[in-house]
Amino acid sequence: MASLKELSKKKDLFAPGHRGCAGCSASIVVRQTLLACDTPVVCSICTGCLEVFSSIFPYTAWKVPLIHSLFENSAATISGIESAYRALKKRKRYTRDLKFIAWGGDGGTYDIGLQALSGAIERGHDFLYICYDNEAYMNTGIQRSSATPLGAHTTTSPAGSVIPGKQQNRKDLTNIVVAHNVPYAAQAIPSNWRDLTTKVSKALSIKGPTFINVLSPCVIGWGYEPSETIGISKLAVDTCFWPLYEVENGKYKLNYKPKEKIPIRKWMEKQARFRHLFKKENKKIIDEIQNETDRKWEKLLKLCEE
Amino acid sequence: MPLKALTGNESMAEAMRQINPDVVAAYPITPATEVVQIFSSFVADGLVDTEFVAVESEHSAMSACVGAAAAGARVMTSTASQGLALMHEVLYVAAGLRLPIVLCEINRSLSAPINIHCDHSDTMGSRDAGWIQIFSENVQETYDNVIQAMKIAESSRIPALVTTDGFILSHCLERIEVLEDSEVQSFIGEYKPAYSLLDIENPITVGPLDLQDYYFEHKRQEIEAMREAKKSIEKVNKEFGDRFRRRYDFFESYKLNGAEIAIVALGSTAGTAKVAIDSLREEGKKVGLLKLRVFRPFPYEKLCEVLQKFKVVAVLDRSDSMSSTGGPVFTEARSALYDLTTRPRFVNYIYGLGGREITESDIKKVANEALKISKTGKIKELVQYLGVRE
Ligand SMILES: Cc1ncc(C[n+]2csc(CCOP(=O)(O)OP(=O)(O)O)c2C)c(N)n1
Ligand code: SF4
Ligand SMILES: [Mg+2]
Repeated sequence: MASLKELSKKKDLFAPGHRGCAGCSASIVVRQTLLACDTPVVCSICTGCLEVFSSIFPYTAWKVPLIHSLFENSAATISGIESAYRALKKRKRYTRDLKFIAWGGDGGTYDIGLQALSGAIERGHDFLYICYDNEAYMNTGIQRSSATPLGAHTTTSPAGSVIPGKQQNRKDLTNIVVAHNVPYAAQAIPSNWRDLTTKVSKALSIKGPTFINVLSPCVIGWGYEPSETIGISKLAVDTCFWPLYEVENGKYKLNYKPKEKIPIRKWMEKQARFRHLFKKENKKIIDEIQNETDRKWEKLLKLCEE
Repeated sequence: MPLKALTGNESMAEAMRQINPDVVAAYPITPATEVVQIFSSFVADGLVDTEFVAVESEHSAMSACVGAAAAGARVMTSTASQGLALMHEVLYVAAGLRLPIVLCEINRSLSAPINIHCDHSDTMGSRDAGWIQIFSENVQETYDNVIQAMKIAESSRIPALVTTDGFILSHCLERIEVLEDSEVQSFIGEYKPAYSLLDIENPITVGPLDLQDYYFEHKRQEIEAMREAKKSIEKVNKEFGDRFRRRYDFFESYKLNGAEIAIVALGSTAGTAKVAIDSLREEGKKVGLLKLRVFRPFPYEKLCEVLQKFKVVAVLDRSDSMSSTGGPVFTEARSALYDLTTRPRFVNYIYGLGGREITESDIKKVANEALKISKTGKIKELVQYLGVRE
């Protein structure tokens, strides 16, 4: 595991000057990930905020090879690249060692690209899939996804006078991936760089399909000040809304246990998307979110034998 | 040259075996399933050392092909009908990124209603996707077209789709001449991609966001490349003909000399039309056939040259464009001749949807009607539907 000092000496493979919003965590996730790669990587990416702000012709922030094809096919695209790599190596037309990373937002991963991800994992391609999960379709103007939490206001689950935001709980994608019996799956967060970079190195060192789900706060969609990205990330973990854990060959391991579990409302009250829930009549929704968070946390503790 | 009895599907799979591409990513669908199955058995038996990616959908098949081709591999796939429709979005990406993928397409109708038999709706539905489209009259052509398509695609950096007619050719056994494996390899040569994602020293970003300031120029280049592809097609046709003694062109002129009217057809129907024309010629009727082989790029200059001398051109379309003004081949062929001062009259016959049989007598009817128009100068109906109960 590299120290912060060591990481700071490495060449940055994600250039500044891209058009992400100030405080956008997706770019932090990419930067940390690429710093953690010791073998050269080739990346694919879904349509979405990250792709749009980091590669506008004739510019690109990516100093590693990158392909963007469509919204739902990052995993299928990387499976083709990885197959080409194996074919060319077998035929002695390519000799270098490479690793492959497919990127996708929550929309491109939990929703429209879920089939492609599931297929690529089942086929056993040697790649790491990283979902930067900002809990909505940000690129197209903050529409709900299946990763949007209960009660959150988005432009397609608006907090109206009758319906107070999204009516469903979020999908548990990490465990859906785990159910594919992958050798490695994990959850991470940009505020814990050590945990994230360690997980990236570990995932890349393992042969076969690996997966990291990174909760990636979005200034615009969540509604907070750009300076608060890291603070809000930390709170997501300390409220146990987004536990940091990994599953290696079916074995769950908790990577971080908050000393004191903070009530979920402390995380929610910092974000405009939950503002309407703090009205008296919506209190029960916050309770519901708390209950769901507790239920999942207890379940995870059992799985991790904590 | 060795002779073999092969079905259309077997001939495509055989051509794929001889090409031995780096990557094949494919998904089964009737009537193309066999191509994928046969090719998988070639992989399983070690007759090719291709990486075969048995994907979970056609969308992923074409996506994986795009990824593999962008990584510098020689890539092929096969599909039909709903499969091609599901690939639709990705077809444009393959073309826009200038990736020379070859697709063995078995023409089949599109749902609804669901039907597994031949028409050209699927291929025509992707006619604007930026792929070269080559139609085959019989199994021999199917086989030859696949081999030529690989070279045409790679030399023009445009993906190419070779079609054969579902069941009529895909499942029809024919005696064909196949090339030796070494002949195929020396004909297609080694593939040297212009760019590769695996070139770590020279990292590239493929498929960035392209806004109002550049998108149009890039599309313009793509359009120009399609125009230029006509030269590649000519060159490859010539080389194939010189080496293997089977000549191909954008279209074939059949008994057009001395004809008064011409029928235009694609695919297996051209074979039926030839029989009908032979018999009409015996009756002394001056009719001929233009069999269109390359539909994309559309060979409008050459078509003008050949068709301008006829009084009437009857175009057979095995799909409808739902415009209510005729099928795609009709509208494009008719438009190609528009600027001539004297030009033929055009009529259109939509036929064979969902595998409805087209017979020699159907084609004779078309020819006789065209001869009548030639005499009277009167067109009763611009677009007619052949062989349907109305
Ligand atoms: C097939 C298709 N449907 C819809 C879209 C429009 N679209 C582009 S990006 C996007 C949402 C992206 O959301 P997500 O994956 O969560 O990434 P984010 O923008 O939030 O980072 C949508 C709906 C598209 N490009 N393609
Ligand atoms: S909208 Fe959100 S995800 Fe998109 S660039 Fe801005 S902060 Fe990042
Ligand atoms: Mg998102």
